[in-house]
Amino acid sequence: MSNAPLIRIFKASKRFTKGKETITIFENLNLSIPQGDFVAIMGPSGSGKTTLLNLCGGIDRPTSGEVHVAGARIDSLPEGALSKWRAANVGFIFQFYNLMPMLTAAKNVELPLLLTKLGGAERRKRVETALKLVNLADRLNHLPREMSGGQMQRVAIARAMVSDPTLLLCDEPTGDLDRTTADEILKTLQLLNRELGKTIVMVTHDPEAAKYARRTLHLDKGVFTERDVAAA
Amino acid sequence: MGDLYLIRKNLFRKKTRAVLMMVAIFVAFLLFGVLGSFERAFNSGETGASATRLVVNNKINFTQPMPIAYLNRVRAVEGVRVASHWNWFGGYFQEPRNFVISFAVEPDTYLDVVGTDYAFVPEEKAAFLADRGSIAVGDAVAKKFGWQVGDRIPLTSNIFTNRSTGNRTWDFTIAAIFTPARDLVGTDVVFFHYEYFNETRSFGRDFIGSIVLETTDPALNDKVADAIDALFANSPFETKTVTEAAFNKAFAEQLGNITLIVTLVVGAAFVTILMIVGNTMVMAIRERTREIGVLKTLGFPNGRIFRMVLGESLLLSFIGGGLGLAAAYGACIFLAPLVGGFAPGLTLALPVVLAGVGFMVLLGFVTGVIPAMNALRLNIVTALGRD
Repeated sequence: MSNAPLIRIFKASKRFTKGKETITIFENLNLSIPQGDFVAIMGPSGSGKTTLLNLCGGIDRPTSGEVHVAGARIDSLPEGALSKWRAANVGFIFQFYNLMPMLTAAKNVELPLLLTKLGGAERRKRVETALKLVNLADRLNHLPREMSGGQMQRVAIARAMVSDPTLLLCDEPTGDLDRTTADEILKTLQLLNRELGKTIVMVTHDPEAAKYARRTLHLDKGVFTERDVAAA
Repeated sequence: MGDLYLIRKNLFRKKTRAVLMMVAIFVAFLLFGVLGSFERAFNSGETGASATRLVVNNKINFTQPMPIAYLNRVRAVEGVRVASHWNWFGGYFQEPRNFVISFAVEPDTYLDVVGTDYAFVPEEKAAFLADRGSIAVGDAVAKKFGWQVGDRIPLTSNIFTNRSTGNRTWDFTIAAIFTPARDLVGTDVVFFHYEYFNETRSFGRDFIGSIVLETTDPALNDKVADAIDALFANSPFETKTVTEAAFNKAFAEQLGNITLIVTLVVGAAFVTILMIVGNTMVMAIRERTREIGVLKTLGFPNGRIFRMVLGESLLLSFIGGGLGLAAAYGACIFLAPLVGGFAPGLTLALPVVLAGVGFMVLLGFVTGVIPAMNALRLNIVTALGRD
């Protein structure tokens, strides 16, 4: 793991306006995650975990402050440039997989590659490699409805990995899975971190899941209450 | 896999819904194709009229006759290249339902006047001009009744009686079968010799229905028309001279404003389709809010998502509309022999197809632009948070 920070959040605040009321999610939040780290972010509902993840992934912007990821200050990038940046640098894994129901596993995994200039043959090759990595080489032509929750999440991991991003952002990746399947998914994420050097930020409610990370950050009412808890 | 693949997959993810929308569009374009072609064919007399051709009728209306003596006086008017005449026969073949548009004409001058409309085999034309008892038959009529050159056919009039036989039937020998020489000319018509008809009819002798003439220059049309009408002013048979286009238009309007009827029917169909498809597309895209959010998260730019959603409604419109126009093509082929008498040359013409393609683009755009704009403006965080 490198000491150079891949993610650096500096004095970030996030506020929402709901009617006449302004809700502050967090205020002047600072965070630094080095390249190659595997961080679990835990905390109660409404603590700002997902909002923080969204800021790291460039799908939301802070009300104030700076967000630097992979060498770019992404909070000030225009929308088009931010889309390109996301496609090149970040892979997302969601709790409910968010696969396209009408596409096969292979086609779902191929989606991010449509944003590249790769030819069809090269795309197919990369899709097969990504699906092999998550042990789903035999499910290439299966539709999501023909797969179990664990298999769908592994397809989602393959989709997140296929364009070889630096950063993987996981929002409750095992929240919809049983313990055994969740462990399989977490082992896969651990493998991606340890063997391929991917930086992973995972939001979770599950302390068992957090154990797979290198360290755990606790976020409560917009403040990190405990840092650098060594994981298993 | 490319964007078109995704568009197609999205469109057909709910097959029943997609097929029902396509059927609705199909019906609208079938109606548009058939009615648009019919209207075009029906009005072909106006649009396909010769620029130098004028028609002289009795001022009361075109069903009233005028003396044949007028013909030579018209020929003497300056600017008239050639003048001929026709007389409506009101004919049918064997039984009244086999209606045949039939005219008694002065053959040589008439074929000179309408020479640019019909194509004759020279020998057949010569035979028709030479034989007073012969008839020239449009190929559409010949095909309809299975007639050949040389056949002897009876034509019965629902107006005139044949003095020589005491019945309403005249026998003719088919000397020529002519074809259209240009677009928008119908051949659901037959011509025979006025002299033969005039000598044997029981009433109306030496009267004619209309004089039809060619001027030497379209610029002279008004002057010639005024001169002719002035010639017969204050006579028992005053005339009204108009261009062939105006005459054909007035004739067509006897049946009602077909263009307005067609426009209203097609317009109503399109407005209905617009609402059905537009509403369904908005709902379909709304159901996919989360997926659009995921695509944006993966890095798909807003413009590309806008194009994909718009492409979906355009593809839907093109499939439904294309099938509708293809069916209209078949329907026109089927209907052409049945309506040839008043809508000659009924076919799905290129202008109707091009207008149809234009409507497909318009329909696809109008029904797709709102959901596409919604997708374009969709905030990722909101989209991912929506169930």
